[in-house]
Amino acid sequence: MTFSTFRTGFISALALAASFGMAEAKTDIVVGMQLEPPHLDPTSAAAGAIDSVLYANVFEGLTRFASDGSIIAGLAKSWDISDDGLTYTFQLNEGVKFHDGTDMNAEDVKFSLDRARAEDSQNAQKALFAGIASVDVVDPATVKVTLSAPNGAFLFNMAWGDAVIVAPESIENIKQAPVGTGAFKFSNWVQGDRIELAKNDGYWGTPAKLDKVTFKFIADPTAAFAAVMAEDVNVFSGFPAPENLAQFGADARFQVLVGSTEGETILSTNNKMPPFDNVKVREALAHAINRQEIIDGAMFGYGTPIGTHFAPHNPDYVDLTAQSAYDPELAKKLLAEAGFADGFKTTLKLPPPSYARRGGEIIAAQLRAVGIETEISNLEWAQWLEEVFKGKDFGLTIVSHTEPADINIYARPDYYFQYDSAAFQGLMADLNNATDPAKRSEILKAAQKMIADEYVNGYLFQLAALSVANAKVKGLWANAPTQATDLTAVYWEE
Amino acid sequence: MLRYLIKRATSLLVALVVASAVIFALVEVVPGDPASFMLGINAQEDTLAALRAELGLNGSLLERYFSWIGGMVRGDFGTSYTYRTDVAGMVADRLQVSLPLALYALALSMAIAFPAGIWAAARRGRAGDLGVMAATQLGVAVPNFWFAMLMVLVFAIQLRWFPAGGFAGWDKGLLPGLKSLTLPAIALALPQAAILTRVMRSALIDVLSEDYIRTARAKGLSKGQVLRRHALRNAMIPVLTIIGMQFSFLLAGAIIIENVFFLPGLGRLVFQSISARDLIVVESVVMLLVFAVIVVNFAVDLAYALVDPRLRSRE
Repeated sequence: MTFSTFRTGFISALALAASFGMAEAKTDIVVGMQLEPPHLDPTSAAAGAIDSVLYANVFEGLTRFASDGSIIAGLAKSWDISDDGLTYTFQLNEGVKFHDGTDMNAEDVKFSLDRARAEDSQNAQKALFAGIASVDVVDPATVKVTLSAPNGAFLFNMAWGDAVIVAPESIENIKQAPVGTGAFKFSNWVQGDRIELAKNDGYWGTPAKLDKVTFKFIADPTAAFAAVMAEDVNVFSGFPAPENLAQFGADARFQVLVGSTEGETILSTNNKMPPFDNVKVREALAHAINRQEIIDGAMFGYGTPIGTHFAPHNPDYVDLTAQSAYDPELAKKLLAEAGFADGFKTTLKLPPPSYARRGGEIIAAQLRAVGIETEISNLEWAQWLEEVFKGKDFGLTIVSHTEPADINIYARPDYYFQYDSAAFQGLMADLNNATDPAKRSEILKAAQKMIADEYVNGYLFQLAALSVANAKVKGLWANAPTQATDLTAVYWEE
Repeated sequence: MLRYLIKRATSLLVALVVASAVIFALVEVVPGDPASFMLGINAQEDTLAALRAELGLNGSLLERYFSWIGGMVRGDFGTSYTYRTDVAGMVADRLQVSLPLALYALALSMAIAFPAGIWAAARRGRAGDLGVMAATQLGVAVPNFWFAMLMVLVFAIQLRWFPAGGFAGWDKGLLPGLKSLTLPAIALALPQAAILTRVMRSALIDVLSEDYIRTARAKGLSKGQVLRRHALRNAMIPVLTIIGMQFSFLLAGAIIIENVFFLPGLGRLVFQSISARDLIVVESVVMLLVFAVIVVNFAVDLAYALVDPRLRSRE
């Protein structure tokens, strides 16, 4: 009797456990990433890892990036732009609350924008806010931003992670305990290991499908491979070992997502340093480079060749790769015309990412074939920033410019590659003043053409966004229009 | 004994002061600006200046050195430039991984080395001894990170007995915590065990050839009794020295293994801080490690006295 009761109980417990396992789809997920955020305030650091965890998940801005890179409404549900292009009146979504329960209203928008453009602001992208003359609260759900000059990119600027809306009540502890308005709220951070987010039940928009998200930080590519293989992580966003992707692709347990990023990977050239101040030499450089060989050798085939500083997925992109097609004989001829028939020697300084280190070796060999000797030095990021970026002490370097739509860096004569062209600066001024989409598109195309004609840098390839995930995880972004791992629509297929 | 202690304490203090100056100078001389690292390539000059002022990077080298030392003396290790939390708390968090891992590895290393070393010494020159010696050769020669990856392939990916890495956290209970430290501890312990076995064996062999061992045998003690009562105690001094060194090494030297298993340990904290130019963290952690090494050495000295009464009476 006792025994049978026990047995029935045992079996029904088993059945119960089994039915739980069957009926409910998983609602928690572990996402692997290579880099850990230094802190959790997206408005005061450049580290992309901060946005990779928090953008769209925890923090939201007035506008936001969609997965195809277009700009859609965020906390602002609509906006009116005055005819002179100077005044933007934003209508905010109503009933939006921060995770600490306080209301999100026009005052918070004003606070966030004023904080970002203040004198003592520590915003890494302060330039995004430079054109704002004033921010005025009209009523709790309406905020008016006045610009000092028309800026066709203003709504785009407001979509950046550096422009998310924060609250004065919670700003003091934002670096450790971020409080936003998103579909997930921050719950725990074990430094060096993981960050946990939980579903925000009071979310104003479409609620998240997952209850719990854990971001795990795995820097080493081999360890990343092992963690995915052992299914310790369900998704690895920005998978660091492209050589292993084929193996995951062949395994039914996994899916491989290949998308595009905003990262133009370029052979940056010091335009003020002889002999690179001679456009013929730069043109020779462009023809000496075999892009496909670099993509295959350094990125295992992942990446799209580019011929200018612009993302190929952008509708305004002009394919100019033919203009700098691989032609070593032409390169030698151009070098001879420039007075370097016997070639010359220069430096090639490489930051840590594998596209630079592996790509650098290949480029050095390609340049050697046309008579250019490079002295390679491997730098850490801090050294690179000091020597190359700030000190401008380099001949060549390889770096991926991951900021979206950043062709305007060519209008900054003191920028590290030191391209100083009044004509280009004029184009960018026109672009800022233009709000008509057709006009903007025309200017952007002219700008791409101009820097390609002047061979400012060696344009290599657009960095691919590579992710590996469990085959049952749906709703992930394949593209990376900004550094983000938007999990708001992610769910487990049953 | 008191004079001995004062002498030791003074030399300890001098060592700390010298170490602090050397560490500070070395770290500060490295090129790279923490503020530009934080704010990246689009930062404006005024933003960088604002951050530098907040981080206290504008003072002279000497000013910063004394404010750092002054803080240390008061138990304030400073605030991390990147994480913006106090360094003491960060180190305490990392020690929750590094300290148990070091102890776990050390315990495994001793559990292997003691019996193996004794067994080999007792069979000097015979097949068993040769076998153990060959195994230790292998243990020293095989890179531990390679062995670690192999273990991950077998025990995490194939058999699924252990996680591929990461640390579950002690709040989840003792077992999950130990489970996540087991593979790393084995990887760390094997080369250490190999070294320790060799030391144990040769120390014992030296002692076993001493006259008093022959006397003890002549007195009628069995081989095993001689080994336990006389030889082992006398062979412990070199073994303890090695154990002390191994412990200091394991505390922060586990960085490669921490990377393979993505454990949030002290070694990785130092490594990340160096690349982010989080100088205050590097300085404070290295200083703490120097302190730990000195204290461990001191403890080893005391242990000598415990196993060897002759050292006690000498002072």
